[in-house]
Amino acid sequence: MSESVNTTAESTARDEQERRWEENCLNPSLARMPESQSEFTTVSLRPVKRLYTPNDIADIDYARDIGFPGAPPYTRGIHPTGYRAKLWTMRQFAGFGSAFDTNERFKYLLAHGQTGLSTAFDLPTLMGYDSDHPISEGEVGKCGVAISSREDIEVLFDGIPLDRVTTSMTINAPASMIFAFFLAAAERRGIALHSIGGTLQNDILKEYIAQKEWIYPPRPAMRLVTDTFRFCAAEMPKWNSISISGYHIREAGSTAAQELAFTLRDGIEYVDYGIRAGLDVDEFAPRLSFFFNAHNDFFEEIAKYRAARRIWHRVMTERFKAKNPRSRQMRFHTQTAGVSLTVQQPINNIIRVAIQALAGVIGGTQSLHCDGYDEALALPTERAALIALRTQQIIAHETGVVNTVDPLAGSYFVERLTKDMEEEAWEYFRKIDEMGGMVEAIEAGFPQKEIHESAYQYQRAVERGEKVIVGVNEFEMEGNELGEPNILQIDETVAELQRERLDRLRRTRNQAAADRALDALRRGAEDPRANTMPLLIDCARADCTLGEMCDALRPVFGEYQEPSF
Amino acid sequence: MSEPRIRVLLAKPGLDGHDRGVKVIARALRDAGMEVIYTGLRQTPEQIVNAALQEDVDIVGLSILSGAHMTIFPRIRNLMQERGMGDVLLFGGGIIPEEDIPKLKEAGVSEIFLPGTSTEDIIRFIRGNVTPRE
Repeated sequence: MSESVNTTAESTARDEQERRWEENCLNPSLARMPESQSEFTTVSLRPVKRLYTPNDIADIDYARDIGFPGAPPYTRGIHPTGYRAKLWTMRQFAGFGSAFDTNERFKYLLAHGQTGLSTAFDLPTLMGYDSDHPISEGEVGKCGVAISSREDIEVLFDGIPLDRVTTSMTINAPASMIFAFFLAAAERRGIALHSIGGTLQNDILKEYIAQKEWIYPPRPAMRLVTDTFRFCAAEMPKWNSISISGYHIREAGSTAAQELAFTLRDGIEYVDYGIRAGLDVDEFAPRLSFFFNAHNDFFEEIAKYRAARRIWHRVMTERFKAKNPRSRQMRFHTQTAGVSLTVQQPINNIIRVAIQALAGVIGGTQSLHCDGYDEALALPTERAALIALRTQQIIAHETGVVNTVDPLAGSYFVERLTKDMEEEAWEYFRKIDEMGGMVEAIEAGFPQKEIHESAYQYQRAVERGEKVIVGVNEFEMEGNELGEPNILQIDETVAELQRERLDRLRRTRNQAAADRALDALRRGAEDPRANTMPLLIDCARADCTLGEMCDALRPVFGEYQEPSF
Repeated sequence: MSEPRIRVLLAKPGLDGHDRGVKVIARALRDAGMEVIYTGLRQTPEQIVNAALQEDVDIVGLSILSGAHMTIFPRIRNLMQERGMGDVLLFGGGIIPEEDIPKLKEAGVSEIFLPGTSTEDIIRFIRGNVTPRE
């Protein structure tokens, strides 16, 4: 009682103080020197006030909403000591050309202090086509590494200790097929599955929403995902069966709050489907991981990560009644915003990346990728990838931001923003729940339309000059006085090499065994109780190609055609 | 009678799924009074040229961010030529290295727009180079 009287008295005194400040300090200043804009907004066009004070966080309770790191609701992070015991994993996303080319880049990055691997696949692979399929022409090895077989995966990870270095594979529609290659390759190297740590992106929902690399319609595709959940729950305790990704949602033009909301609502959908597939929530939820963008607006990004952890804790506790604390702890990877990189004066991108990465670190990311400064032009050169890795090392070892846990907690502005973004996400959850779930919302085009609207509004703000992009709509220069970067070119020899390798594979394998494995896969897919994952591993062992495995499921699952929204 | 409107076909060839840019441009061109037909993702060169013929468009725009532009642009230009659309302009945009631009222009692509281009510049280019047919 007396406490609340005191609080009220304090707040009245503060109001009086603020009123006097406005009158004596602010208003004369505004009269002398008006503000440069009538409204200040974040990169997501969210209005930001001139000043935040204790009044802005009056509804936030430390114990309930913020708490201690490593303890619910995990707003301040999932580790009690932040980065003081262990830094984030420096995981640069890499992949181009053939498996031989990318293996070399992997080794280069590890030799320079990188602590985890992340694989980028080319478009044919992402779409489930072999490198020698006619549709792959012109695309082989161009925006990632070309992988069509178990042999290719073996080359990709040759000489890399898979039981010590964690690997991440950014693959979605054919995630379980590539995973099967990976597991069959590990088996041949004699590595026990339970000892392998890493992440399969495996997030098909955000493909329909944003990245648009799909094969099958959402419902059968969700079955493939829950099959991997079941497989990993039983066999691979150190493997993240999914990386639920907001990155691509943001790149497609969403706001920070939409990225937060759609990603976490996707997370809810995966938990729902996992439970429906017969799993107990605590069997698979501890291995769900997340992936966010780090964009230019420093504080908004940090608030987004903090809100994400708090929301996930509440969702897992209240909605799913998870008992294992690990099910309630959101772990996430962060990548700087590719979409923010400019072709104009590309060296400037090094600065953008550093600031974005700093937000990811202060936001408590578990692993981080920094974009290469030349990525608005092409895939990163070795030099650009090295500078990106060095950016992480400078943040880790020189800036001092790792010395204390969640350093921005208690900031009136950051706590307000964290709470506002959280509320915006709950509002989206309500809307999507009303539609019946995320699969239904996707089928209705809801998140797609919301993202497109935000992308368009942002473009208009840039064109009106309300949002400045240095070197693009202000501070432009003729030519690139800051230096013309060399760019990585992938020629058609990669496609030739892949054609030869696939040719030889098909000629030398036991064809009857390959046919039997594909037939068993098809029959397994027709039976909703069967798990496709072991059947896919059998296909990988029998040297079936990626395209053959994906094709085997097409007649059973159908193919996705995007409706026009 | 109202002025004839410029008819534009916008297309995403190849396997690339990045459609943020093409959709923003489609909307900006519509807001500028043009008639825009957007093909959707993953159209083959044949499908794109067929659509251009059927829709009787004045200009075709391609968006490619995957690095396959040197294969796809010339193929579409040649198909347009073969199908009697030699007078229909072809332009494009995406992640395209500067050094490829002269080669693409030589292959009959009228203009390439790089990231950071204002939609106003694209509208100005189309209006400056296309006279809508009656």
